[in-house]
Amino acid sequence: MRYAYYPGCSLKSSAYDYERSTRAICPELGVELEEIHDWNCCGATAIPSVDPTASAVLAARNLALAEATDVNGAEAVTVAAACSSCYAMLTRALNYYREDPAMRGLIGQALAAGGRTLAGTVKVKHLLEIIVNDVGLEAVKALVRKPLSGLKVAPYYGCLIVRPKGAFDDAEQPMALDRLLAVLGAQVVPFERKTKCCGGALMTTKEKSALRLNEDLLHEASSKGADVIAVVCPMCQMNLDAYQSNVNTAYGTHYRMPVMYFTQLMGLAFGLNERRLAVGKGTVSHAAVLKRMGV
Amino acid sequence: MPEIRVGVYICHCGSNIADKVKVAEVCDFAATLPGVAVARDYQYMCADPGQELIRRDIQERGVNRVVVASCSPRMHEPTFRKVLESVGLNGYYFEMANIREHVSWVTEDPVAATRKAKALVAGAVGRVELHEPLEERYTVMNKTTLVVGGGIAGIEAALKIAASGNSVWLVEKEPSIGGNMAKLDKTFPTLDCSACILTPKMVSVAQSENIKLLTYAEVVKVDGCVGNFQVTIKKKARSVDLAKCTGCGICTSKCVVKVPSEFDGGLAMRKAIYTPFPQAVPNKPAIDREHCRQFVVGKCGVCQKLCPAGAVDYDQVDEDVTETFGAIIVATGYQQMDPSVGPQWGYGRHENVLTALQFERLVNASGPTGGKVKMKNGETPKAIAILHCVGSRDVNYHESCSRFCCMYGLKLAHLAKEKMGGEVYNFYIDLRCFGKGYEEFYNRVLDEGVHFIRGKGAEVITDRDGRLAVRVEDTLLGRWREVPVDMAVLSAAAEPRADAERVAQVLGIQRSRDGFFLEAHPKLEPLKTATDGVFIAGCCQGPKDIPDSVAQGAGAAAEALSLVTAGKVKISPVIAGVNEERCSGCKVCVPLCPYTAIAYDEEKKICRVNEAVCKGCGTCVASCPSGALSVKHFTNQQIFRQIEEVAAV
Amino acid sequence: MSGAEFEPRIIGFLCNWCSYAGADLAGVSRLKYPANIRIIRVMCSGRVEPAFVLKAFAEGADGVLISGCHPGDCHYLEGNHKAAARARMMERLLAQFGVEPQRFRLAWASANEGEKFAGIVKEMVEAIRPLGPFRRPFARMDDLARLETEARKDAEPAAGGETGA
Repeated sequence: MRYAYYPGCSLKSSAYDYERSTRAICPELGVELEEIHDWNCCGATAIPSVDPTASAVLAARNLALAEATDVNGAEAVTVAAACSSCYAMLTRALNYYREDPAMRGLIGQALAAGGRTLAGTVKVKHLLEIIVNDVGLEAVKALVRKPLSGLKVAPYYGCLIVRPKGAFDDAEQPMALDRLLAVLGAQVVPFERKTKCCGGALMTTKEKSALRLNEDLLHEASSKGADVIAVVCPMCQMNLDAYQSNVNTAYGTHYRMPVMYFTQLMGLAFGLNERRLAVGKGTVSHAAVLKRMGV
Repeated sequence: MPEIRVGVYICHCGSNIADKVKVAEVCDFAATLPGVAVARDYQYMCADPGQELIRRDIQERGVNRVVVASCSPRMHEPTFRKVLESVGLNGYYFEMANIREHVSWVTEDPVAATRKAKALVAGAVGRVELHEPLEERYTVMNKTTLVVGGGIAGIEAALKIAASGNSVWLVEKEPSIGGNMAKLDKTFPTLDCSACILTPKMVSVAQSENIKLLTYAEVVKVDGCVGNFQVTIKKKARSVDLAKCTGCGICTSKCVVKVPSEFDGGLAMRKAIYTPFPQAVPNKPAIDREHCRQFVVGKCGVCQKLCPAGAVDYDQVDEDVTETFGAIIVATGYQQMDPSVGPQWGYGRHENVLTALQFERLVNASGPTGGKVKMKNGETPKAIAILHCVGSRDVNYHESCSRFCCMYGLKLAHLAKEKMGGEVYNFYIDLRCFGKGYEEFYNRVLDEGVHFIRGKGAEVITDRDGRLAVRVEDTLLGRWREVPVDMAVLSAAAEPRADAERVAQVLGIQRSRDGFFLEAHPKLEPLKTATDGVFIAGCCQGPKDIPDSVAQGAGAAAEALSLVTAGKVKISPVIAGVNEERCSGCKVCVPLCPYTAIAYDEEKKICRVNEAVCKGCGTCVASCPSGALSVKHFTNQQIFRQIEEVAAV
Repeated sequence: MSGAEFEPRIIGFLCNWCSYAGADLAGVSRLKYPANIRIIRVMCSGRVEPAFVLKAFAEGADGVLISGCHPGDCHYLEGNHKAAARARMMERLLAQFGVEPQRFRLAWASANEGEKFAGIVKEMVEAIRPLGPFRRPFARMDDLARLETEARKDAEPAAGGETGA
């Protein structure tokens, strides 16, 4: 299975641990990632609200480049995105292009100015979807050498991965990550706020509200006895992890909740060296997790 | 063929027509048209003297075709056809020109109106010359009616038919009649006990000599048409001989297998040999073979050994019964949506989130808790949320309103308040208290101190303390709220039954976009379907409360009786037919017929129209490439002539 | 009066159950609309053959209307769907005959849409009036002869200018 890989800015900087662990587990799963040549910003953060067209064009350029990626003669190129925000932006641009004639015109014009065209045949998938649906849980199970037995994991999906509605899992109570973690041998805690906003986008503009949302999640995870929160998005990871001390200061709490990428947990279950997975890079120490696993 | 002599009669309709249309001028014009023997104008053609004019001309002046230019044929065509028939002329030698609704009432300019009236008269005269005599057709009516579904609507329909002295079969899928109403505790707004008002009717069904009751049975096939439906009913093997069983209940008490009770919404257990509820009719058990040890493991036999009447029969098999009916009433009801389709409501995840029907059982004195409102852990809840519009008025689930939830939400709020005290919250979008005494009931519940929060309950979650909480946008406060409760009751949408599609296909009736059965006309024919002789009543047509369902059941009984008591049924002669010499057997027409009235004759290699099934729409005729098909009274020749004439003026 | 203005002649095929009843309601409601339409009743819009439309134009109609129940409301379940499919075909056919699209219309009008029906007639009359009378390019023998001559004349320069590669 060969995919056109779109890393996005986070995975090349603040979330290099996500990319490292992704790069480590994919060969095990038989997933080949061919990085899209000359990729650019996905059009996320403030751009959509300031200039929706520019945002869509940015994403569309990546899709146009992806269509040119060699995927071993598969009939259509599928883009693999690990960052939920990139995934959402690319999906949205593709939907615009396919369904909104006006937007299609604008995107086409802008791409043409740069000498590119978009056929619209490309597909976009999140890494989680690829692992759960394309690779399949049976194949994942076969790779588990060090089950995460006894590790209580809160599966956190964030707001973007199941939107727009009709994505690969239920928009309110998705289960893909729950099922994946269960296959890894972890004890999955029922995490009700699994799709509630982590506050990420608000942390610089409305800190109070963002900390409130953040604390809600940390509270539920810790009150349910989770050892770690598993995430699928670099923004969620940064927000829940790096701002945990701010939450503790604001609310007088004492959370020490590790926040790890699901790819890191997969790597650990596969018995990969934790350095290859960049485990330990988080602000909140991962030591407790490793200890529980006996690593 | 005798000479064609057309009589043309222009009606003044008082001043309704004559004020705008120059009647005399139209009359003079008509007299010049070929074939016209008599042309007259008169004040009121529909009145007796007007009718008499026509009769006299037919008898005395040899008029053998009649055109009346007056109002819409939808109004008086039958009147004038009778006039012709009264003097021995075929009623179809008649045509109407609509110069009132289509001319005088809609036109400003008298000159234009007069010209248009002439054109329509010319069209009618041209057409009537080509009319053929048609005979009304009748078929013999079978006197027995079939009622499908033994809920309150079906029960009412069966009782009414039985009371008239006619015979009726009532077929129910479950082991007992009673339907959803039997599960309810109290009924709004009067709060009388549902079982107390329903069970006497159920008993009457069992006792009526005119009702043949088949429970644990399903209609599997319907052939034929109005007057003569041949219906096959599958009697599922009950494993209990109803003739021998005395209903003593020993078998049930000794049965060792426990299964969640459907009747109690899974809140209590029943046995594998069971009667669904204490007042069941017939009050005799059935064996649930999916769970019975005798059938699952192959050995047990306890009930058979202990039955003093020797009624338990493990060897019973499904049995098909075929019977002919004159009319069919469909009253198959609704089902409550399974709210776990929307994980946000927490049903199936939180043990104290219930559907409204489950809560009905909880507050019912004969229910699993003896009528005490209790949580799973046995404690009495201190606060209860009732969420309205769960899956109703929601484009993600059902766009339509479920109609009775507002009222039962209020009723359940009242009962909860009465039985447990504490706080009761209603989360609603709008409160639709439309019936008699309903608004008054709402005011009463308000006075009892029930809380009303205007906002759709978006989510049921556990809050920070592990307690249930309803998240809602309170649209009156303009704020997002999280209301802590101990139990949440979901007013889940009333939706078409899971087998509605199959039932519709078996009975040859249509469903509307919402999946419920479709009535013939939304206002004037709410109980008829597009299939003659098949009627619908109650919630299978759309959500209805009990009084409406009862009214519809009785109404459908009247519809059925008006058919079967007539002894014969009239069928319009306007139907299609095939000219066998012209038909090439191309079969283009076959799939076009919505009634599957056209069949291909393999032997003669031509298509044939089943006259008993054809409704005369003419869609097949328009498709026939060889002109072999035609529809009576709307032949190509007749319409071509009409086109020529109206275009010429 | 309006003697100078062209008054198009429109033939309307209305289904008995919805549109004919809708036209009746327009009358009962005393809604005024142009007298240019001559209504022919059929049981279902699905009964209207393409030949009826051609016949109407051939007999001198300047416009043809087919009106039936809204989709889903057909008294005969789905005759109106068949009418709609045929209407799409008719539009293409009429275009090939050089009939302006304004002259043919399929419109849904229910039994309670008297106002809508009156509006449809008004719109059609307004749309056809500027086009002038319909020229009947087919069906009349004398017309056919004329058209044939014209067509031959039209074909001559084209034949010299553009021959296929």
